[in-house]
Parts: sequence; C-alpha cells; structure tokens
Amino acid sequence: MRSTWFRPTHRRTTAAALVSALALTALAACGTSSSGDGNNASGSGGSDPSAPLDPKTRVTLTMDCMPPAAKAAELREWKEDIRTFNQKYPNVTIEGKSTPGQCEEPTRFTAALKGRSQPDVFYTYFTDLQQVLDNGGAADISAYVNEKTVPAIGSVDPGVMNVLKKDGKLYGLPTSNYTMGLMINRKLFKRAGLDPDKPPKTWAEVRTDAKAIAALGNGIAGYGDYSATNQGGWHFTAEMYGLGGDVVTPDGKKAAFNDATGKEVLTNLKAMRWDDDSMGRTQLLKWGDLQKQISTDKLGMFLAAPDDLTYMVQQLGATYADYGMGPIPGGRATLFGGNDYMIKRGSSPDKIKAAIAWVNFKTLTPGKGQFDWARSKSDALPVGLPQPNFWTGDVKATDLRSRTDNATMPVENFKPFMVDPVKGKAEPAKAQEIYKVLDNAMSGVLTNRNANVDALLSTAERQVNQVLANR
Amino acid sequence: MSAPTLSTSGKPVRSPHGDGPPPQARRAVFVRGLRRNLSAHGFLIGAVLCFAFFSWYPMVREFFLAFQKTEAGRTTWVGLDNLEYVFHDPAFWQAWRNTLLFSALALVLGFAVPFVIALVINEFRHAQGYLRLLVYLPVMLPPVASVLLFKYFYDPGYGLFNGILHFLHLPEQQWLQSTGTAMLSVVVAATWMNMGGATLIYLAALQGIPGELYEAAELDGAGLFRKIWHVTIPQTRLILSLLLLMQIISTMQVFTEPFLLTNGAGPEGSTTTVVYLIYQYAFNFNNYGGAAALGLVLLVLLAGFSALYVRLSRDSDSDSES
Repeated sequence: MRSTWFRPTHRRTTAAALVSALALTALAACGTSSSGDGNNASGSGGSDPSAPLDPKTRVTLTMDCMPPAAKAAELREWKEDIRTFNQKYPNVTIEGKSTPGQCEEPTRFTAALKGRSQPDVFYTYFTDLQQVLDNGGAADISAYVNEKTVPAIGSVDPGVMNVLKKDGKLYGLPTSNYTMGLMINRKLFKRAGLDPDKPPKTWAEVRTDAKAIAALGNGIAGYGDYSATNQGGWHFTAEMYGLGGDVVTPDGKKAAFNDATGKEVLTNLKAMRWDDDSMGRTQLLKWGDLQKQISTDKLGMFLAAPDDLTYMVQQLGATYADYGMGPIPGGRATLFGGNDYMIKRGSSPDKIKAAIAWVNFKTLTPGKGQFDWARSKSDALPVGLPQPNFWTGDVKATDLRSRTDNATMPVENFKPFMVDPVKGKAEPAKAQEIYKVLDNAMSGVLTNRNANVDALLSTAERQVNQVLANR
Repeated sequence: MSAPTLSTSGKPVRSPHGDGPPPQARRAVFVRGLRRNLSAHGFLIGAVLCFAFFSWYPMVREFFLAFQKTEAGRTTWVGLDNLEYVFHDPAFWQAWRNTLLFSALALVLGFAVPFVIALVINEFRHAQGYLRLLVYLPVMLPPVASVLLFKYFYDPGYGLFNGILHFLHLPEQQWLQSTGTAMLSVVVAATWMNMGGATLIYLAALQGIPGELYEAAELDGAGLFRKIWHVTIPQTRLILSLLLLMQIISTMQVFTEPFLLTNGAGPEGSTTTVVYLIYQYAFNFNNYGGAAALGLVLLVLLAGFSALYVRLSRDSDSDSES
C-alpha cells in the first residue's frame, strides 16, 4: 500500500516546505555574522581588568593572520606556539583564520568592519585606527595592558605605542613595524661598477647611480617608483619626509607640499624619467610591480621597507644575498608604519585578557614567538632583516644580538640602513585621500615629458586643501 | 447590470467592470489556486527572499546611507552633507568628464564597429556560423585575460603595438600612459572585449529584414549605401535605438576596464570614472556616505536613460505586435 506521504498534495506541501526551508537556511547562512561575542567564557569574567588571565579560564578566540598552509614553517611555528601557550592556559582555544595573501586586504577589511564580521582578534595597519574607531570596531584595552599582562611593554618604542592610542586610550598591540629606506640590487650595482656597500644617500647620488645602472641596457631601469593606486602619493610623502618636508601643515588643515621640497622631489623624478631615461618606460606602477622588477634583475633601486625583501624571496624567488638597503635619500626623516592586533569591541573581559595573553606570547615576548630567532633559523625562515624593530634599551640590544647570531642572510648588506637609523615619521591624517590626489602629481611627471611641475603641485595643493576642508 | 460571463468550465469569471463571484467564492478560488501551486509558491518565496535580501535591501540601504554618516560607531543623519561633499570633491567633475568621454568614444567605436561587422557578416553566404563564433570569442574570454592581453599590446617597452610602429618606422606611443591616449586605449580594449554581443544582436536584426525590400530597392536602382540608408537602418531603427540606450547605460557604469588596465586612475587621473570614484570612497576612504551619495547621483541619471529604454522597448513591442 502506498504511504499517504506520497499523495500528490502532500508531495507538493513537502516540496514547498523544503524549498522554503532551504531558502531560509541559505539566507540565514549568508546573513549571519560569524563573529558575535561568543561569550562562552567562564572563570575570571568581570574581575579586575589589570589582572592577568586566570589560567583556568575557558574561552575561544578567533584570530586573524594564521599563516596559510603554503607557509609551512610559519604554520608549524604557529601551532607549536599554541601548544606551548596551552600548557599555561589549557582552556583557551585559538581558532586561527588564514588568508593567502596579505593578512589585511583593505577592501575585505573595510567590508568586514562594516559588517562587524572581523575575528575576535583582528589584524590592522597602524593607519587603520581612525577607520576602526569610526566603525566602533575595537575594544579599549588600556586597563588590560600593563607590565603584568605584557611584561615587555615598557621596552616597546613609545612612538609605536602612540600610533595605537587615541585620546589617551590604547586600542592595539604592535606585531611589527617598518621604516622606509632604499632597496638596492647588489648584482646590478656591481655590474654597473658601483659599490653596493655604499648605496646612495642623496637624490643627486640616486640619479647618478640610476643612470649608471640603466646604461647596462637590456631594459634595465636604474630607479623605479609607484604612481598608481594611491601608492604614488604614499611614496611622494616618504620622499618629502626624506628631504625634511611634509605633505600637510602641523595642524593637519592645509597642504604643505607646494614648496621647494615638493618641487625638488618631482623635478628630480621627471629628470630621471625623461632626461636620463633611467626609470624604465612602463609607469603607473603599484605595489608588487617594482618587487617583481628588482627580483628579475630589471631594476636597480626603489624605496621599500625591509619586509619587501621577505616577499621577494618567498613569493618571487629572489635571494637575500643579492639585495641590500640604504637609508632613505635625504635622510631627514622617513615614513614609518606597521601592523598590530586589535580586539573586537564588545568582547567579554576574559576574551580580551586571553587575546592579550596570546598576542603577548606570540608577538611581544623577547626570545619567544616571532622573536625566537634560533627557531626561525632552524626552520629556514629569514633572520637578519633589520625589522621588526620596535624595542628600546637592553631588550633591543639583546634582540639584535640574537638576530645577528642566528642570521640566515648577510646582515652587513643592511648596515648602511641600520648604522644611522633615520627618524620615523607617521603618515598624515586622511592619508589615502591625500595620496589619491598626489598620485596624479607622480603619474604626471612619470608619464608626461612636458609635465609642468609647478602646475601639478598647485593643482594637487588646491585639491588636498579641499579634501582637508571637507569635514 | 449584465450577467456574469461564464468560463468554459461554467464557472463565473470576474468581468473587467468589477462584477464577479461573491467574496467567499473568490476566497475559495484563491485558496484552491494557492494550494494547487504550492510548490511554485515555495520556489517563488525563495527567489523573492533572495532578491529582497541581496538586491532590494542593498538598494534601500544605499539610499539611506547617502544621507547618513558613521563616526565612532554612531550613525547620524546628515541631510545633504554627503552630496555636498561629493560635489566639492575635486575628483568629482574630472570623473564625470572622463566617464562622458568614455561613453562618447565607446559609442562611436562600440556602436558603429559591431554594426559594420554585422553588415559584413550578413553578406557572407558561407561560414557565417564560423564568423559569428570568431566575433563572439572575445566575450567568452574572462575580462582579466583580455586585459592582460591588451596590457601586453599597450606596453610602452615591449608591447605589440609599439613593436609594429617600430617596424614601420613610426614614432612609438605611450598608449595607456599618456593623458592624450589613455582613455582611447581603454575604449579600444573595452570595445574589442564586448562587441561580440552587440554584433550578434545586430546580425539577428539584419536577418529579420525581408529580402523583398532589398530587391525592390535594387529595382529602383539603389546601390549599396542607399540600400543601407533606406532599407537597413530604417528596418533596424528600434534595435539600434535600444542598443544605443543600453550602451549608454552600461558605459556610464564602466569600471572593470580602467580598473584593470590603468589601475583605475590612469595618468593624472585621466581614466578615473564615476564608478571607480565610488569604489575609492567606499574601499579606500571608508566613506560609505560619499559612495552612496555619488551612487545616487549616478542612479538618477541612469534612471532617466532607463525610463527612455523602457519606453522604447514598449514601442518596439507594440510595433512588432502590429
């Protein structure tokens, strides 16, 4: 006998119910924020925020920037660190989220912030603080961070800590920092008869050396620079800093680059591009393009941070020994930046404490986690790059010694960059909007033989003033 | 009062003048219809919910966002501030100028070239299918692949186009890297990438023209151009108008090609389009209010063109019915 379930009306009802249920499930799945507070904490919740995490506390953390499977050694270290961390905090579960490229991809990051779907502990750039606060994204961790919870906090460069503060409140813990310098291709320097141990220190020297390298022919450029995706403006700013200039006035209300320094930066680039023909023909370059060129021995120099070299070696097949770094031309100041972890606003006190305990262990303990240079060496990871370097005093000296002792690359190649470090200077407020405008000035001189430097600077000044006046 | 009309099944059918069965019977018919089409309604609910969530809700949200500002986690109403911000942005007028330039160039190239190609293919008696495939091939390529191809063509150092110019002893060009040629180069690439669809539509329209019209024209002594002018164009007028409007609507929203070919802005911002500016507001500057406001400005403009399009398609339908 046929079951009543198979009567046509029931079949239709069932189908309709199934379809509706599927649709609703799909919608729910699409629309649900994966974050939430996940308030599964138990233990010391509600206790004194300045006290370290109770080792018995049960809490689960979702965490940005776990190394992807392709970075096998880093992932192995990550897991090993969790095991060590769990010996003290057995009930803290760390659920790492990995991304194949950069840990923070701006468009994805912006969307996640807007949708409040960032992990409990999320990775940001130093320049992101205002954006995060505008979206109510980060917890104020001032009361949680002290010498008991982060013992080495007193040895972190105050300049680095200041960029993570707003109105006296602390919103993040640093994981790395960088200052910009001049990356050189030692092989090309030698081939051009230049001394790779003495990278150029002024723009006049850069110009001379770039000409010599470009004379090698075969499509080799002496010097390269960005002029697209806001990175042209970013480098223009770094170059202004190098010459002692600025892009905005100290009060941040007016443009400050339409002066002799701004003119010097653009005139020099224009001369290298068109008079010397030492910058290659392809312009409108963005981050990644110059790294590719220098990794394939088609470029002699460009402004970079030391970690660009890690990218070149790990992703593009370059060899550490073939590169070196000198100070930013001019050497008056250099643009600095870095990365940090923030904790999602609305997280329970235990979750905040657990996050701080883990970040402290992984990224802020000298000799441990990311600063365990002996382990990095045994895992064949890069050791010897000048950065991250946010320590001061004795901790800095000890860290540098350990880094040099375990170096997996010729650290003397970075000596010109290290020996007389240039003072770091933060990016201006509304940096990306200003950079967008300054991209035009950079692309102007690099793509137009007849570019009028004065007109480019005046137009950009007017536009930046308008950007700064807008709200 | 006239008697209710009866359907073939003998049941009363509601007349257009409001007469019909009593409310109870209507309800019964409605419930019966609902029950009979339960599966269909189930599927419909899913689709409607998906549309509501992924298409309509973002549109409504965007509308409200255009009048809001979010700061320190708090959203406040700011009236027309976002619009004012957008209008005062120095990039605003440049983006509009660039977008209009792109549209104009794209219409000249993207409208005329496929029409001419369709006319030529239509003349072929053999291998028409093969030619159609050839023309449509670029549309099937992923845009990123096409763009990479054109990036190689345009490369000022090693590119194909400069290689050809060099071979012909002609001066090399900067293509994407000069304010004078960047937008035109983008349009050429975009036209190549997208003209297959338009060509096929033109071809279909051309093949719908009765052969007798051409025969009559020939008997009257018309040559090739007069046949095109007096037969082909009048016969395809509506399709041409519709495609023209569709192209205006789509070219005003251009983003992919300049974004991929010139990283969005191009030399001195010469390829910054309105939609790229919206992208910048939202994802580079975290200014969702500005992005929504600019989106609204674009929406209003495109709504005008869309209304015209709907009007024309209605005319086209009524023409084809008559």
